Amino acid sequence: MNELEHPTGDPYGAKDGKDLISGITVFPMEPHVPRKSDIDPKAAIRAERQVATMFGLSSLMILLFIVAYIKVPADLLITIPVIGTLNANHLAIGFTFGMAILLIGLGAIHWAKKLMPDEEVIQERHALTSTNEERVAVQSSLQRGAAESGFKERKIIRRSLLGALALFPVPLIVLLRDLGPLPGTRLRETIWDEGIHLVTDATYKKIKASDIPLGGLINAVPENLLEIEHEEETLNQRGKASIIIVRMDPADIVSQQGEAWDYQGVLAFSKICTHLGCPTSLYQQRTHHLLCPCHQSTFDLSDSGNVVFGPAARRMPQLAITVDAEGYLVAQSGFNEPVGPSFWERG
Amino acid sequence: MALSKRHPAALFAVLAVALGTTGAAYAAVNAQTAPKVVAKTETQVEQGKQLFLEGCSSCHGLAAQGASDGPSLLGVGAASVDFQVGTGRMPLAAPGVQAMPKMPSYNEEETAALAAYIATLGAGPGIPTAEMLDTTNAELALGGELFRTNCAQCHGASGVGGALSEGRKAPSLMDSNAKRLYEAMVSGPQSMPVFADSTLSVEDKKNIIAYVTELQANKSPGGFSLGRQGPVTEGLFIFIVGLGVLIVAAVWIGAKAK
Repeated sequence: MNELEHPTGDPYGAKDGKDLISGITVFPMEPHVPRKSDIDPKAAIRAERQVATMFGLSSLMILLFIVAYIKVPADLLITIPVIGTLNANHLAIGFTFGMAILLIGLGAIHWAKKLMPDEEVIQERHALTSTNEERVAVQSSLQRGAAESGFKERKIIRRSLLGALALFPVPLIVLLRDLGPLPGTRLRETIWDEGIHLVTDATYKKIKASDIPLGGLINAVPENLLEIEHEEETLNQRGKASIIIVRMDPADIVSQQGEAWDYQGVLAFSKICTHLGCPTSLYQQRTHHLLCPCHQSTFDLSDSGNVVFGPAARRMPQLAITVDAEGYLVAQSGFNEPVGPSFWERG
Repeated sequence: MALSKRHPAALFAVLAVALGTTGAAYAAVNAQTAPKVVAKTETQVEQGKQLFLEGCSSCHGLAAQGASDGPSLLGVGAASVDFQVGTGRMPLAAPGVQAMPKMPSYNEEETAALAAYIATLGAGPGIPTAEMLDTTNAELALGGELFRTNCAQCHGASGVGGALSEGRKAPSLMDSNAKRLYEAMVSGPQSMPVFADSTLSVEDKKNIIAYVTELQANKSPGGFSLGRQGPVTEGLFIFIVGLGVLIVAAVWIGAKAK
């Protein structure tokens, strides 16, 4: 801290660079340097003309805006290098209107910087504390009020008031219940169950195992998804029950999550990433790797869906499948572990 | 020195005659072979086999049974050959994680011959007929839904492609055409899974092709699409350029005039 003199005649006075009342160190101002336009009348005139030109151009832009709005056809497309093809009308009215407001702003700033007074001044402020007399008066007034209210003597009123005030926040806590109800088993269960048909997503057709080619991929959902009537519930269930079906040479299968969970090389896995729940169906048929587009978690579907890369901590859950009498794919049972990302209660 | 003794125009005359003869001969041969290919498929298969033995067998094996450098082509079908050779992915420019498209090394006739030969080695998806590619009555909305369900995860919602793992990538579909799209779906080139007609019907494929064609025709109306990659490039652009302009403006406003 520099020991400096207060630069102005502060009513409270300053000694050793400190304001006596606030105690704040006061710094000196840099010496004022006049601008070119302050000294040279020619420079001032030039600056004046520049500002007026900007305001004038702004007016011109407004006129051009009106002309463009009327004259440029609404469906004319033009190609501008680098930017590409775009609608000429939109470009013209957007550019002229944008430039009009920009030029007003630029002109105003240029005016303020070049021509308006720029001498540095200190805005005088007195200290924020009240005087001692005022403080004493307020204190005694409060004490008299407390005494006259009888707050100390009337115990029953005091205690009941304190009790009422203590209970007042309770409803706010009670309302927190609306954050629930707790999910219960819903995070652990999907609508997959024994004998539920696997159907193609978007077209909802049953899938014959023999129709799936080697290296094939099908995005599928459970058939009973179509039985749910509420749209919100449909989306909730779809979000958990979506699966992918792939077919690989049975000789390529290193391991599975359960014995004979495939059907002749046809495997079904959850589509929901175990990291943060993104839909994961970037299946690369040569390597049997399944890639999640969000954070690049990679699962090896030929080896129990184990994680081979990325932030996912759990393998991709496999759905045990088989075929019905007509050869259509059905689930052997539901998923035997929760699908999707980890959650608090899962442990 | 000997050249200077001749008339200056002699060289041009010789060149013109030579070029003319070659051109005429080529046209004549072309005119002869074109109908033959259609008429005699056995010849086509024979020609395909020759081309295969010369150009492909070193990697794929003499009987197309596959080897350490190339997969088996038994049962891949004509669609696969037409896609891989027709887009220049095969023969490979260089060994790598993924075959990249380039100028095709074989002309249409040779590609057809190769496809015909490979098709005789085992049943596989054939080259789609014009009727299979006719999208006149396609349902665009369903095509969009099917595209987002089956294709968008790799090729992106706007079809511009995207990255896969270990240096592989899903190519952009913006310069593709109906035939190539169909062939790719039905044959599953490289990392791409197979979407056979039995699981994704011909009608479904038509709908998808119609949707991709619509995406191709739908130019970015605002200009400056930034690759149509969505929030990543757009966010990066606005962070660097947008914030940059604001910072420059703030510095200018705050600077003292001289």
